[in-house]
Amino acid sequence: MSNTGLHHGFMTNFKIALFKNAAFITVILVFIAFYVFYNLNHPRGFSTAVYIQNSNEVFALAMVAMAQTIPVLMGGLDLSVGAIMTLVNCLASHLLSGSAWQVAFGMVISLLAGAACGFINGCVVVYGRIQPIIATLATGAIFMGIALILRPTPGGNVDGDLAWVLTNDLFEIAATYGFAEGGEASWFVPIAWIPVPLILLVLAAALVWLPFARSVTGRSVYAVGSAEGAAYMSGLSINRAKIAAFTLGGFFAGLGGLYLTLQTSSGNADIPQAGAYTLNSIAAVVIGGTSLLGGVGSAIGSIFGALVLRTISFNFRIFEIDPLLQPLFEGVVLLAAVSLGAIAVIRVKNTLELFR
Amino acid sequence: MRTKNSSRFKLSEDDKPIVFAAGFVVLILAVGTAYTLQTQGTATLLSPTYLLQQLQVGAFLGVVAAGMMLVILLGHIDLSVPWTIAAAAMMATTIGGPMAIPVGLAIGLLVGLVNGFGVAFLRIPSMIFTLGINAVLRGLMVAHTGGFAPQTAATPLMQYLAVNKIAGIPVALIVWAVVSVAVVVLLTRTFFGRYIYAVGNRESAAYLSGVPSRKVIVIAFGLCGMLSGLAGTLLAGYSTKAYQGMGDTYLLPAIAAVVIGGTHILGGRGRYIGTLLGVILIVLLNSVLSIMQMPESGRQIIYGSVIILMLLVYGRGHKVTQ
Amino acid sequence: MNTLNHPGDAPPHLQLQGITKRYGGVTALDSVDFSCRLGSIHAVLGENGAGKSTLIKIMSGVVTPDEGTLQLNGQFKNFQGPAEANAAGVVCIFQELSLIPDLSVADNICISNPPRKFGFINRREQIRRAESLLARIHCEDVNPRSQVRDLPLSRRQMVEIAKALSRDPSVLILDEATSALTAADVDNVLSLLRKLRDEGLSILTISHRMHEIEAVADMCSVFRNGQHIDTFEQGAHNANDIVQMMIGREISAHFPAKRTFVRNTEALRVDKLSWENALKGVSLTVNTGEIVGLGGLDGQGQKELLLGLFGVLKKLQGHVYINEKQVSIKSPLHAKEAGIDMALIPEDRKTEGLLLPMSIADNLGLASLRQLSQGPFINQQAMDKAVSEGVSRMQIKIGSTKDPVSTLSGGNQQKVVIAKWLITDPKIVLLNDPTRGIDVGTKQEIYRLLRQLAEEGVSVLIYSTDYEELIGCCDRVAVMYDGEIVRELAGDDITEHNIIASSLNLDETAA
Repeated sequence: MSNTGLHHGFMTNFKIALFKNAAFITVILVFIAFYVFYNLNHPRGFSTAVYIQNSNEVFALAMVAMAQTIPVLMGGLDLSVGAIMTLVNCLASHLLSGSAWQVAFGMVISLLAGAACGFINGCVVVYGRIQPIIATLATGAIFMGIALILRPTPGGNVDGDLAWVLTNDLFEIAATYGFAEGGEASWFVPIAWIPVPLILLVLAAALVWLPFARSVTGRSVYAVGSAEGAAYMSGLSINRAKIAAFTLGGFFAGLGGLYLTLQTSSGNADIPQAGAYTLNSIAAVVIGGTSLLGGVGSAIGSIFGALVLRTISFNFRIFEIDPLLQPLFEGVVLLAAVSLGAIAVIRVKNTLELFR
Repeated sequence: MRTKNSSRFKLSEDDKPIVFAAGFVVLILAVGTAYTLQTQGTATLLSPTYLLQQLQVGAFLGVVAAGMMLVILLGHIDLSVPWTIAAAAMMATTIGGPMAIPVGLAIGLLVGLVNGFGVAFLRIPSMIFTLGINAVLRGLMVAHTGGFAPQTAATPLMQYLAVNKIAGIPVALIVWAVVSVAVVVLLTRTFFGRYIYAVGNRESAAYLSGVPSRKVIVIAFGLCGMLSGLAGTLLAGYSTKAYQGMGDTYLLPAIAAVVIGGTHILGGRGRYIGTLLGVILIVLLNSVLSIMQMPESGRQIIYGSVIILMLLVYGRGHKVTQ
Repeated sequence: MNTLNHPGDAPPHLQLQGITKRYGGVTALDSVDFSCRLGSIHAVLGENGAGKSTLIKIMSGVVTPDEGTLQLNGQFKNFQGPAEANAAGVVCIFQELSLIPDLSVADNICISNPPRKFGFINRREQIRRAESLLARIHCEDVNPRSQVRDLPLSRRQMVEIAKALSRDPSVLILDEATSALTAADVDNVLSLLRKLRDEGLSILTISHRMHEIEAVADMCSVFRNGQHIDTFEQGAHNANDIVQMMIGREISAHFPAKRTFVRNTEALRVDKLSWENALKGVSLTVNTGEIVGLGGLDGQGQKELLLGLFGVLKKLQGHVYINEKQVSIKSPLHAKEAGIDMALIPEDRKTEGLLLPMSIADNLGLASLRQLSQGPFINQQAMDKAVSEGVSRMQIKIGSTKDPVSTLSGGNQQKVVIAKWLITDPKIVLLNDPTRGIDVGTKQEIYRLLRQLAEEGVSVLIYSTDYEELIGCCDRVAVMYDGEIVRELAGDDITEHNIIASSLNLDETAA
């Protein structure tokens, strides 16, 4: 146990960083291995078309996984992320048409609606003092009900151009809206192949998550998840951290819902689908190295968790494995991933340490 | 603080949810009856036949919730319930004959023991381990049935237990009553019941007091799985066959019933009578909403609001001050 | 709140007047007046339940008083939460650590006001700041990048002190801040306190270690039963008088008489017990009816020895003999079985000893449920009888056995833990620092009980951080150092000097 006598050399600092990020590095390596394997075996592997298709399929889940990460870091759980995504999906299916301004306005409203749902969750948890898992179970039902009111049956009216360009590569943006010489400019060609959803994913992580993680509020979220009592004693604002965590979670879930609208050009208040997204988001978070006990992990890890989950199904397609076996395989991968943590349990030699 | 001490009618922390849940049940009956009197001129809800019929349907949820409560009392949760129900039902109907029900129960028990092993020995959070087991079960069952509705039928005994009546009382209700009595005895009269509360409160203290905490967790999960298996076989009997996704609608209501009944989601506190009332509350709420022909959207909203409302009244956690 | 405060401009001067705080029906503080000066170290003394903790919680904004006022530097303050108190320059180092285990040392030290760049936390600057603060308390061995979770308790305590300093306090409050420290660290902290005093800070310290108070304090205040009894200059009263002030009555004998006759029948023997780095071949014998103490500095393997005997540690090497029969104890369940009949009073009663929200009766019966059951069913009559016997034997002060155990005072909670094990009728009782944070009255009851048990033929192995307790209570003391027993003391050899000398392993480690 003795950690005294550390030298603060580069190597020790490197080791600390490596140890701290072991789970994160593992999930990235696993994703790369799975994805390269998939492309090697795909008849049109490593092609723009494949990237576009894959990034489309992964975006909503990646967003919902990020949404789930923040409450989990705080030591809670949000069972309403799928419902918020669905609610925003149904709302956006009414708003994403008309003039450019109307569409832009609709997008902003949709994202605000997602954040508002998260804010409500946070308020119920903080001021109602109800356990997050139960509070969000209940608010999730309410959000689902509102989604059903908005879209009793699937359908919607979505701006075709926008849906087209945001679910394709950069070239299509340039070609559709006519800049960079319609996408043929020589400076543009090297990046023209990049899928737009991939860019959006990176932007969401870089412009929303990273600044949050570096902010005092973000730090407080980690602190609350690690030791709530100690965080209070340290003079951190617990309530603000909790509400912020849920609100940001709602925002990410809303982003996922908005994208789903563009991807499917419709809104669909599908209860089983919402449930599946919620459960998969938890799986992605865990695979991404975030501790369900709170305090450890990151939303970027969860993105890779979502990528791993989706890449598994890609591989299923490519090998024409009976799709009926897919849930079985997904379950086995999830169990295998979490069972890796059990290795640490075997090494524990003081039984009391198991009960933390 | 002041109000709490000066109040003469101090309900104990554990009684409060039970009183409120009971009050809410009465309220639902009153509102529903007022509605039927207004629209149909009859008090359908209060007729014993109707109530028994509703409770018969509620029995399946009741059996699941009883098992779920044992696990929640430990501070854990079992998300594998949906496909434990379906797997038990499918295997029971596949085997058929006199062994159908034992097989259904055994499947449930087995799943539960695996869950317990993962949670107690591998120390994987129950939320995630049971979720994985659920996916595996689903995969196994989908592979087993080829993705189609199983063609096998429930045995006559299964149907008898789920549908028939003895002296006007549905057999399913009797099964639920037997399960309930067994759980109450387990929780209040046996050392194992006390162990469940102890582990749910603080496993380290229980362990150091010589409670075999891991064994307790495994057995509780086993019982929860077995009760899900029982619900699955009953449910298959009720609809004469097993089908994909037959357990999906039982998970969240079961958790909600347990929590509405005052069992603390983090474990250690709660009484079975609360869970019983929670189930009745949810069942009656559902039937009143059906009578009112409430669309799914309205049901979801009311459902969520009721849970929040009930918990706001009595389920509030304590503020962190130290 | 417009309460700007500039610590440098004028000397702050903390003054409390007429402070009253009630918890439910219990009055924790009863119209207390208290003040402390700048440039002085002020020790607050009192039994547990005397109101010291409540006092510092009020000063540091954790709780708000029901009545009374608090002035800082002549201005009235009403702190709502620790954040406001910290901002005003009142910083407390709590007994229960306020560090976040999953964040790094640097994150923790700078947690309330991290250095920022464009609104975001500047990690490099944070590490620099942490390094310089750690250097100030001579803790260069702590890497600011490591996670607090990975540090041993004594290092965490030092990080806690660095964290308090990072807030630039004008009033620094230490609540038993030295209790987990190694001797070298205690010296560091004490000299730091002197330095800070000379820099003009106002320092309040709560400690049960009289020699530390004598070493640093300028002023002493004694509290008893929620009242401020007296404040005087350090040295005005001797230790004996102070203890008397604290308990409010003359104590004739601290400890019961030692054993009257010796039975040299071996009850427990361990032979070359080793575990990880904590135990390195420990051999020890405890005879029937004997009280053996484990001494030494904190963290030399004493706790591990007790846990290992009780079956908590895995892959233990060496042999354990009970009544001269070799046993291999696998778990606490195994340890309390007939033939072994062991009991362990654990270190932390809140997390290891008690189920706080459950009733007193449930807690008392927990360890003996199997004995009190017929088949799977609890024999309620036997249970009620055992519970009431436990309550009366330990003289636990309770309203009803159905009340949650959390409603009891610390001393009575500890009595519940002990009574729980006495119901199992143990032959060997292990105690892990059972009197830490317990009031003097209960302590004495526990000493008497231990002696009584020994007279009845029970063997007792007790680890204590309190030398006096070892001297007064034990028939034999085994002093541990770095996972080994370095010296066994018996009879008149059990003196403070001998214990301290062997604790530091002075005989052997000249290098």
